[in-house]
Amino acid sequence: MSETARTTAAEEFANSATPMQKVQHALHRYPWLSPLIVLVVLIVIFAILGFGFDVGSLENFAKPATISLMLQQTVIIGTLAVAQTIVILTAGIDLSIGAIMVFGQMVMANLAVSATASNVTFMAGQNPYLAVIIGVAVATLAGGVNGFLIVRFNLPPFIVTLGTLSIFTALTLIIFKARTIQGKEFEGAQDVMGIMGKDFQIGPFGFTIGLVVMLIVYVVMAYVLRGTAWGTHVYAVGDDPTAAELSGINVKRVLFSVYLTAGFIIGIAGWITIGRLGSASPNVAPEINLETITAVVIGGTSLFGGRGRLVGTLIGTFIIIILDFGLSLAGLDQAYRVLAIGVLVISAVAVDQWIRKVKI
Amino acid sequence: MTVVTSAQPIVQGKDLNKSFGRVIGLNNCQFELFPGEVLAVVGDNGAGKSTLIKCISGAHEVDSGKIFVNNQEVSFKSTHDARSHGVETVYQTLAVAPALDISENLYLGREVRKKGILGKVFRSLDKKHMREVSTKSLSDLGVLTVQSITQTVETLSGGQRQAVAVARAGTFGSQVVILDEPTAALGVNESARVLQLIKDLRDRGMSIILISHNMPQVFDVADRIHIQRLGRRAAVVTPQSHTMNDVVAIMTGAMTVPEEEQQLAPVR
Ligand SMILES: Nc1ncnc2c1ncn2[C@@H]1O[C@H](COP(=O)(O)OP(=O)(O)OP(=O)(O)O)[C@@H](O)[C@H]1O
Ligand SMILES: [Mg+2]
Repeated sequence: MSETARTTAAEEFANSATPMQKVQHALHRYPWLSPLIVLVVLIVIFAILGFGFDVGSLENFAKPATISLMLQQTVIIGTLAVAQTIVILTAGIDLSIGAIMVFGQMVMANLAVSATASNVTFMAGQNPYLAVIIGVAVATLAGGVNGFLIVRFNLPPFIVTLGTLSIFTALTLIIFKARTIQGKEFEGAQDVMGIMGKDFQIGPFGFTIGLVVMLIVYVVMAYVLRGTAWGTHVYAVGDDPTAAELSGINVKRVLFSVYLTAGFIIGIAGWITIGRLGSASPNVAPEINLETITAVVIGGTSLFGGRGRLVGTLIGTFIIIILDFGLSLAGLDQAYRVLAIGVLVISAVAVDQWIRKVKI
Repeated sequence: MTVVTSAQPIVQGKDLNKSFGRVIGLNNCQFELFPGEVLAVVGDNGAGKSTLIKCISGAHEVDSGKIFVNNQEVSFKSTHDARSHGVETVYQTLAVAPALDISENLYLGREVRKKGILGKVFRSLDKKHMREVSTKSLSDLGVLTVQSITQTVETLSGGQRQAVAVARAGTFGSQVVILDEPTAALGVNESARVLQLIKDLRDRGMSIILISHNMPQVFDVADRIHIQRLGRRAAVVTPQSHTMNDVVAIMTGAMTVPEEEQQLAPVR
């Protein structure tokens, strides 16, 4: 009896897959494959148009200076997108990422400058390292607030982070006014506050410390997600919270720790942003939330949770930046970039829906 | 036909009561599972089968009554507690994470870390070890058609998923495996395979509680049949002592069995 049952199951596997199914299986196993193809295709198109044809100033696209600039440009979205990825892996979403980042960096900046330049005069003039630590801690705490509200009151992440988006934006304006702190106002603290923007050359390419730190964040978090039990639990909670709970996983604790960790990464991103922009501004990148979600989704992570890889997010970030540079070098209007991103997001979600239906 | 024996139940419930507001789930319910047997639990909808099983597996706490595992009184606060006493449950929903692979699912919630500094400081998982044990466990259970232990569970057929869930329950030194309607969603061949798995587990010395509505299957694998009715145990019979029609009659209250004609002692 069991013999026949085994053969039928074996036959199920034996039936040969069509080429389309093979593609589906490959994408299912390696969700970052499709963004990688998109990235390579974009690079090739821009490079060919630049070398062979006279399109705008695309001949500059493949030059080391442009490549260096593109890489340096990824740091803000790229780092924030790590936080967004771990949240989305739990089938959540974080709309407050930008607001927390700004709040954290304004804390750092206002603590580090002298009392005359600061909006929190009584606390100003701190050791810049202490200022950074407090800023990152505040961002971590802010992530913890998201996590607490989601876990304690069973509220949807979308609603909670929509609320905290407003709250942290308002707090930034109330506490720190709408005042940008310029790089030179940091005076002696500039070395520390701006360190993420410090650049160095390797051959013809220029890199920044911020870029290196971003890559470290990627490597560490990729290891944590794929190499530790916590990471497995993050995937399981996003995949099927009931199954996770019945398997003995404390779902609430995992969710809370994810938002807390996201807050920490957002704090680091705040520091990186000060270095990248050379100042601390309360109105930096208002659409950064959507860009991080875009990077994650284009990178092949499922909005339904439980599947995706950080390397996909990194590729997604590169795609956004390369489209930005490529299209503007080609002399096209900014609207084309927005159009292209829209098409990519919808395609990515469609591909995700398709590969989720995989059957072997 | 009661056999006189000194065997002690591995799981015992005494006078279990559990109500949900005004709805009574269990009403002074008795329960015994003996070592190495397959005990089927049958009953009409709402008879309290799932409630009984949930109290034993730690998913519910009883209002009153005592539960013993290996003659030791227990009070499980969670499924985790039950598991640490060797009581594993395969839920009807299977409780597997579809996007994780077979090995990850087998070890979900009890992952093994590497030895030494890699495991202690860097919390690194010992994936190699977990895959080896998973492979061995599945092949011990005769589930060899699974292509690769790193295949995600969503790519498996219903029967294979069930096999993974059963293998998980049978892998970690468990003594008691509870299965809630394991064949409800399966075809004929896959059901047969799962029934075989249940027999295999029993042959390896485990004690099994099987909830099922499928009488032919119950009569195929069960050593004894616990019939639940209106929140209490109506009778315990065997496939030899009673027919399927008898069991259905007892379930619906059309027939009663005097205690001396029941099989309250172990048959194995
Ligand atoms: N969580 C709950 N809240 C309220 N009532 C419940 C709950 N769980 C069970 N009950 C009630 O307790 C009684 C026994 O239910 P139980 O699920 O144990 O029955 P069952 O024998 O498993 O039935 P089925 O064959 O339909 O699965 C039913 O009247 C049911 O409505
Ligand atoms: Mg039930």
